[in-house]
Amino acid sequence: MTTAEWLDIGWIDQIPVRGSRTVQVAGGDDIAVFRTAEGKVFALLDRCPHKHGRLSQGIVHGGAVACPLHNWRISLSTGEALGEDKGCTPTVPVKIDGGRVLICRASTLKAAA
Amino acid sequence: MEHSPLSPEADTRDHLVVIGNGMAGCRAVEELLARDPARYRVTIFGAEPRVNYNRIMLSPVLAGEKCFDDIVINDADWYNANGIALVAGDPVVAIDRTARTVTTRGGLTESYDRLLIATGSDPFIIPVPGKDLPGVIAFRDMDDVDTMLAAADAGGDAVVIGGGLLGLEAAHGLSLRGMKVTVLHLMPTLMERQLDEAAGWLLKNALEERGQTILTGADTAEIVGDGKVEGVKLKDGTLIPASLVVMAVGIRPSVVLARDAGLAVGRGIQVDDHMVTSDPHILAVGECVEHDGQVYGLVAPLWDMCRSLADGLVEQPSGYRGSVTSTKLKVSGIDVFSAGDFSGGDGCEDIVLRDASRGVYKRVIVKDDRIVGAVLYGDTADGSWYFDLLKKQEDVSQLRDLLIFGQAFAAGGGAADPKAAVAALSDDAEICGCNGVTKGQVVSCIAKGAHSLDAVRGSCKASASCGSCTGLVENILALTLGDDVQAGPKTMCKCTSFGHDDVRREIVAQGMRSIPEVMQKLHWTTPDGCSSCRPALNYYLLCALPGEYVDDQQSRFVNERLHANIQKDGTYSVVPRMWGGLTNPTELRAIADVVEKYNAPMVKVTGGQRLDIFGIKKEDLPAVWADLNAAGMVSGHAYGKALRTVKTCVGSEWCRFGTQDSTGLGVKLERMSWGSWMPHKFKIAVSGCPRNCAEATIKDFGVVCVDSGYELHVGGNGGIHVRATDLLCKVATEQEAMDYCAAFIQLYREEARYLERTAPWIERVGLEHIKARIVDDAPGREALRARFLFSQSFSQDDPWAQRAEGAEAEHHAPMARFTPQKEIA
Repeated sequence: MTTAEWLDIGWIDQIPVRGSRTVQVAGGDDIAVFRTAEGKVFALLDRCPHKHGRLSQGIVHGGAVACPLHNWRISLSTGEALGEDKGCTPTVPVKIDGGRVLICRASTLKAAA
Repeated sequence: MEHSPLSPEADTRDHLVVIGNGMAGCRAVEELLARDPARYRVTIFGAEPRVNYNRIMLSPVLAGEKCFDDIVINDADWYNANGIALVAGDPVVAIDRTARTVTTRGGLTESYDRLLIATGSDPFIIPVPGKDLPGVIAFRDMDDVDTMLAAADAGGDAVVIGGGLLGLEAAHGLSLRGMKVTVLHLMPTLMERQLDEAAGWLLKNALEERGQTILTGADTAEIVGDGKVEGVKLKDGTLIPASLVVMAVGIRPSVVLARDAGLAVGRGIQVDDHMVTSDPHILAVGECVEHDGQVYGLVAPLWDMCRSLADGLVEQPSGYRGSVTSTKLKVSGIDVFSAGDFSGGDGCEDIVLRDASRGVYKRVIVKDDRIVGAVLYGDTADGSWYFDLLKKQEDVSQLRDLLIFGQAFAAGGGAADPKAAVAALSDDAEICGCNGVTKGQVVSCIAKGAHSLDAVRGSCKASASCGSCTGLVENILALTLGDDVQAGPKTMCKCTSFGHDDVRREIVAQGMRSIPEVMQKLHWTTPDGCSSCRPALNYYLLCALPGEYVDDQQSRFVNERLHANIQKDGTYSVVPRMWGGLTNPTELRAIADVVEKYNAPMVKVTGGQRLDIFGIKKEDLPAVWADLNAAGMVSGHAYGKALRTVKTCVGSEWCRFGTQDSTGLGVKLERMSWGSWMPHKFKIAVSGCPRNCAEATIKDFGVVCVDSGYELHVGGNGGIHVRATDLLCKVATEQEAMDYCAAFIQLYREEARYLERTAPWIERVGLEHIKARIVDDAPGREALRARFLFSQSFSQDDPWAQRAEGAEAEHHAPMARFTPQKEIA
């Protein structure tokens, strides 16, 4: 399924509900791929805009993840910090095709660089 | 109370004598005092030997959610402060209207200028054979509750006759107390006076799911037993065994005194609009009266009556015009609401909403474009709005399409903003049905300085009884004060209006078994909680259901999910357990090997006498653990809200000052308590003598050995706020030290709020409470210890070993690796 535009990273079931997995990018930061309670999948750079905490290790609730370092809440859809905090994490477009999770190659390279 | 000083000679004020120390009698006096505290000399006679309490709250007492002190409305200080003489436990048995005196069973005679009868009502006992057997009781006062509690202690079967509110509350309480309960109801559906058939059916199903047996259309023939209750026989021949029978078929106005005195009595004591009986010197109020042909058995009309009565007593008559009643209740934790007439009939149209999966049923009955009745089950948030429209006879034709969706939608807001809904309520909309408090009264009491929920409860009594309007009151506080609201009992997080203690109590009371169930039943406002409430709920369920609850990994903080401590660079630190701080060459070699093999940049000795290996990558954790396991080491739980470390000194084995084997005891304590999940981290230390080299007096549980035994200290903390321990007690043997420690840990596990260390917990509940539970109550201590050890039988399973064997590998491995130009999935 991997094409020039999309990277096939695996089955959707490999990501725990209300949890996340990572994609290692050689020479760059990881990409965190999240799956919400509603079954939606999002991908963000695995780096909190605050102190670079690994968002993939946070608690996923609603459409947000709480960073494990200082509990900043980051929107999974926009990468923006929610509430009083200000900051943004790059997002990576995701699509699901036949149960496979695909992330955008160009955005991945750009985000992880 | 004293019986004698009822007639201070110097006091020449008119003497108001009140018969009845219940909710109506005392409320009438409160209303009078609020208008003119000096006008009357007041004497209150009560049949029960206690101060004035909230009878509505007997159900929570029976259910174990409250104790008697919690439901006292006016304590002894109130009577003293207001110069009121209370004669409790000696009921008035006769009124002499000619002489204007009352006489008690004990022979006390007291004269009056005005007499107020507030005798309330008596439970109706159905006249069947066996009704007088020991073990047959009503559910009316604190003595009945005590009888039920004693019966529940003995266990066995209980039958509740009557499926109305009172009967169902009794059944719920007895069921929670461990009895097998059967409810017998004569009518085809439960609570038929408050609920229509559909809601009654939903309620029956819900109660049956909780283990009660509900028999409708059940007609009691007799209560059988030889010298005490043994069972209940129905007219169809069915025999139901029972060691306790609660009669809760209804109440009747208590009118015997009034009738004997020759007052006009119909169904109740007949009164005019100023609550004056047929004798102008005698007033009556509450459930015992009949006004305009109506008798009331609910609390809200009683408050209206008391206001009119007090206005009359200070000669500013207002006049009582009768009450339209609504019922908003929690039946065994299920919200129900009803108001007006829901029997249907000509010209009535029903608007119905059913949401079976959410357990919600709403029915609004409209006649001539006006609401005439409403029944809500499962979601009663809009009850006060419907009731307000009903009382005002508002034309609802414009709202009709959206009426059933509630105020937020019908008012055009679209989104259900509870604050907007409250803001839209009129000033005379009733907020608290129990105490008859309107929105305007709540607002004015806030304006007079009641800036917290507790303060509002204290001043105008809104939300002070059943608590079902707490959310409304909080919203009024927020609307009136903006950000100046003083936090009351804090809610767990923004996802719920409940505090930690409420949530925990409901988890146990309702037997909830999963996080989604808690969120559903307690009306979480978010779909799946947040990073504050989820870990707390996970812990509360884990604590409540040892061995049964399946831990939700996604509701744990990263450290507990990965069994290691995340560091700022995203790597982890690993602390293997060293029992009591002891180690040996094998362990030290294994640690050294791990450090080299995985290029750990740092190893540090911790304050808890362990070695902490830093800089381990997430992917390497299972392999690191496998190597440490091979040397006999298990997880040190340095990452968890759990038992961390037991720190020891060398004790009598080596130290010239040591009095006991502190290292040995430390190892035993750690072997007993490792692996247990707790509200927060928990540290133990054992010092071998009062020189206290192990720093036991800044630990959660500290043992200081002395020549004659072991001093046990609790609640210390060496963190941000240094706190020295409190001395819990001294024990003689090592085994006792172990037992007390286990009991203390379990008490902390069961009672402290999530993320509350022992130090703030003890400061909140008081050392006396801890002592009462651990030191003074030997059976209670043993039960706590047993519960801890039972729980430990499931938790002492090394999480590292499981992961090292490949469990939950997805936590450690990336899903895919991507190398630009060449990717490997």
